[in-house]
Amino acid sequence: MTALTLRGVTARYGQKVVTSDVDVTLAPGGWLAIIGPNGAGKSSLLKSIVGVVAHDGEILLDGVPAAALSNRDRAKAIAYAPQTPQLPDRLTVTDYVLLGRTPHLSTLARERPADLRVVSQVLSRLDLGDLAARALYTLSGGERQRAVLARVLAQEARLLLLDEPTTGLDIGHAQALLDLVDRLRHEEGATVVSTLHDLTLSAQYASQLLLLDKGKVVAAGPPEEVLTRATIERHYDARVEVLTTAEGRLVVAPARAKE
Amino acid sequence: MLAAAVVGLAVVVSVSTLLGAANLGWTRVVQEVWAQLTGGLSPLSANEAAIVWEVRLPRVVLAGLVGAALAVSGAAFQGVFRNPLADPFLLGAAAGAGMAATIVVVAAPQTTGWIIGPLPLAAFAGAVGGVSLTWLLGRSAGGGTAVLLLAGVAVASFLTAVQTFAQQLNTDTIKQVYSWMLGGLNTTGWREVLITLPYIGAAAVVLCLCARLLDVLAVGDEEAASLGINPARVRLIVLLAASLATAAAVAVSGLIGFVGIVVPHVVRLLAGASYRVVVPLSLLGGAMFLIVTDHIARTAFAPAEVPIGVITAFMGAPFFLLVLRMNRGHIR
Repeated sequence: MTALTLRGVTARYGQKVVTSDVDVTLAPGGWLAIIGPNGAGKSSLLKSIVGVVAHDGEILLDGVPAAALSNRDRAKAIAYAPQTPQLPDRLTVTDYVLLGRTPHLSTLARERPADLRVVSQVLSRLDLGDLAARALYTLSGGERQRAVLARVLAQEARLLLLDEPTTGLDIGHAQALLDLVDRLRHEEGATVVSTLHDLTLSAQYASQLLLLDKGKVVAAGPPEEVLTRATIERHYDARVEVLTTAEGRLVVAPARAKE
Repeated sequence: MLAAAVVGLAVVVSVSTLLGAANLGWTRVVQEVWAQLTGGLSPLSANEAAIVWEVRLPRVVLAGLVGAALAVSGAAFQGVFRNPLADPFLLGAAAGAGMAATIVVVAAPQTTGWIIGPLPLAAFAGAVGGVSLTWLLGRSAGGGTAVLLLAGVAVASFLTAVQTFAQQLNTDTIKQVYSWMLGGLNTTGWREVLITLPYIGAAAVVLCLCARLLDVLAVGDEEAASLGINPARVRLIVLLAASLATAAAVAVSGLIGFVGIVVPHVVRLLAGASYRVVVPLSLLGGAMFLIVTDHIARTAFAPAEVPIGVITAFMGAPFFLLVLRMNRGHIR
């Protein structure tokens, strides 16, 4: 059984095709990082899995066609954090995280004690308990990203889709956030699909990479197979060195042109 | 907070019913109410009792209904458009009602035997027509909240131009039109209350039920859809309910400004920004606010009445500034 299967997925905005014929399978508990240069179609592919961008082809969630699910059932299975989440500034952290319970409530129902319990647990888990009553606009960049992740986790979905979750974070906060996602993956069996610009972070956190260029899959597999110097230089039009540390970790370093 | 607002509303309704332009003495009015409840003897004459039950109370209830409708619709519009300056008249309700009311005043149709006068009927139809036109134009131009807002601007400009033209051709009716536009609550017994109650009551129920969904809309359409809701459908339902409530309010009170913006914002500043709180508290707060302002409008210069729109601005603006000042540094 796979957690996520894409078969010939072509995402499009009207007639404009942004990704074509993407095939991928991801096992439960896996982490797929979609990488590629700007405009490659990474976010659009993620949105087609969420169901907010039209697509052809087949998307299976735990073997079930996503198209067969109602909006609410799909939202119970997939939680999504966009690249630039719109945070209602004056909402408190608790009220914002509570939005994650939406798929679990019938359309016009109010939240139940069980929903408040889930929110409380998620806030504790992400060390947001002390900030629960604070308005979102008072949070730092790192705290805001954690609040978004808390909203995603409150959805209690099996599949987490994170679009550039480290945008705007310094290296320490970025690592802390990715460590947290990784812990969730290992402790709770969450399956993760993320887009990431940082190739080194992609190599160190993801179990599987999918390199898109101009909407097409140009490489896929474990990080050490995808992140070769030749592949990166060809598709990113960049000069890089790919290094392996003493602990066996991959590092993609930019290499400045010689004078 | 909700319980405090309910108690506050009960107090405001009671005080406004006990005191009025006619000096009946509040203790005698209390005795009259007690007599009605227990079947005892009232100190008021039949005419005086009629002032309480057929003049004051319907007017207080109508003011509460109209205030609740305008405030909750304002909150709903602000949620749908994610714009703090949105008010219930944003989509052409005011311009539509204004145009239709002007045409009726100018044409002065014969209406003997109608259940409701031609002016409120026209104002209701004009408000509903204005919003419908905006909605249709917005949809034909691609939909989306920004397009809808622009369509609202275009429709309001056009309808206002028609109204101005009709008015210019009949300058002798300017005073009557102007007086209607400044807003006022004139009741003839319970008729206006009974006519507006179904619309405002149904809209209030729908908007309270949709309050949580307005919070979801605040994160943007894509994220809202990823949470399993249909943002376009939620917007349609909320706008429909808010517009019907606004049209019903406009029909019996003319154009009372300020309530739809000030009340929801004061609620946000005092009780938080979640629409789960803002919607029900705006409903109660709007009712309280308009009962108080209408009370002042009808008693301050009795027997003359000040247009209620003037009082809402006079009272609302300083109060709003006071709340803003109290929340200095916490407002975004």
